[in-house]
Amino acid sequence: MKDPVIASEGLVVRLGGVDVLKGLTLSVFEGDFIGIVGPNGGGKTTLLRCILGLVRPSAGSIRVFGRLPGASPGRIGYVPQRLFFDRDFPLDVAGLVLMGRLSRKHLLERYTKADRLKVDEALELTGLSAIRHRAVGALSGGELQRALIARALVGDPELLLLDEPTASVDPDMKTSIYDLLEQLLGRMTIMLVSHDIGAISRRVTRVACLNCTLDMHEEGSSLPRGSLDDLYHYPVDAICHHKPDPSDRAGD
Amino acid sequence: MLHDILAYEFMQNALLAALLSSVACGIIGSFVVVKKIGFISGGIAHTAFGGIGLGYWLGVNPLLGIIPFSLAAALGIGLLSKKAKVPEDTAIGTFWAAGMAIGVILIGLTPGYAPNLFSYLFGNILTVPSFDLWMIFLLDVVIVGTVFLFQKELLAIAFDEEYAAVSGVSATGFYLLLLCLIALTVVVMMRVVGIVMVIALLTVPAAIARNFSRSLPGMMAISTLLSLVFSTLGLMLSYLFNLASGATIILVAATAFMLVQLVRIFMRSGAAR
Repeated sequence: MKDPVIASEGLVVRLGGVDVLKGLTLSVFEGDFIGIVGPNGGGKTTLLRCILGLVRPSAGSIRVFGRLPGASPGRIGYVPQRLFFDRDFPLDVAGLVLMGRLSRKHLLERYTKADRLKVDEALELTGLSAIRHRAVGALSGGELQRALIARALVGDPELLLLDEPTASVDPDMKTSIYDLLEQLLGRMTIMLVSHDIGAISRRVTRVACLNCTLDMHEEGSSLPRGSLDDLYHYPVDAICHHKPDPSDRAGD
Repeated sequence: MLHDILAYEFMQNALLAALLSSVACGIIGSFVVVKKIGFISGGIAHTAFGGIGLGYWLGVNPLLGIIPFSLAAALGIGLLSKKAKVPEDTAIGTFWAAGMAIGVILIGLTPGYAPNLFSYLFGNILTVPSFDLWMIFLLDVVIVGTVFLFQKELLAIAFDEEYAAVSGVSATGFYLLLLCLIALTVVVMMRVVGIVMVIALLTVPAAIARNFSRSLPGMMAISTLLSLVFSTLGLMLSYLFNLASGATIILVAATAFMLVQLVRIFMRSGAAR
């Protein structure tokens, strides 16, 4: 069996005296497209921050690529939920995306032509080539989201973490972002946090429901109706997990 | 007339000081503005007064007292707000007042009269001695060199500290480095406008430059140029009308800032119509 990309056992994260994650055990394997759903405050973002090494576990263990979180920056791409930044910051789209190469660079090393070519590729993939010189402050919500995805992809990550990538975009853009992720399937392991259960369940291979504790639902199994109702404290549409087309996963 | 003015050695020194300080001010001021750490910079500048007192008390050039003191202030404010989870403005306020208090006490303990004290507080670009000019030059080299070497890290923490951290860059480390560079810039600017008013030259040129640039290096270049224009113009006006040079430079910068803002408001309301 392959080593898991992410492995956590009994992971507890306490923030401000509150247990945000209560004993989470989770394994994510190479090539997985795992969706994490759950109510607001259920710890979805905290789980991502823990994987990134931005939050330290209070108990339990977590390993990413077999190492402590934060020890493999060059192998992880991260798309934050919202970027709070100064709208007047003097930076264009290409400049924002170029920063995604930072994790691949040593101290004192400069960005090279190869880095800029990578930026061109990422802009092409995310459909941003035409607005590469636009100031980041002038981007719409959807354009900014795609620019953040481009920034995460430009470092050639093996693991892509996305925090609510479709929260602030219109439906058309939502579809195009999911289409983009489908293109990436097989090339990298993807973990997607969302409360948009409907959209997630049609695409991902596994769904995990997170509300301080984790319920894992494997590929092909259907989510028991009661568990989601319990999770959200209100009735939720039942979800049937769709089996992905094997030809889409040539990388496995 | 200009030719006559330039014939004086003190005027040549003054112009050189204006040029050298504009470089540090344009580059570091751009970081101060985009990262919105003007208040921290003001705190570091005022805390540095303790260093001037230290210099007098030890009987050395106050420049030699202020360099270690302002660096310590930068690290102290930075660490206190990052690590001790003290609200940043509390940390700044405490250092600000404590630094000035130390300066007042040390100057009081120094026997006799403290010469040139006023010029450290409010600047006097017309009396910059050659030694100070060399110090300013040296600090300029350190500041420009450091920013050049760590430009990608400094840009990353200025824009998005969290992403910098995720990329394996020590966000706290580079933030502290940036604060230290601000401290050194304060020292550079001290002779020109003094520590009390340095904050205006650290923010105004960069704030205006931001309207005209879509990249940080571009903003730095414009900001350096503006800073040079303000200090030269202020210098000339202060000479012609016999005014305090530091204060005149600050008022030139502030007037330019107000004018740019007025034009922007005017243009925006014009566009809305």
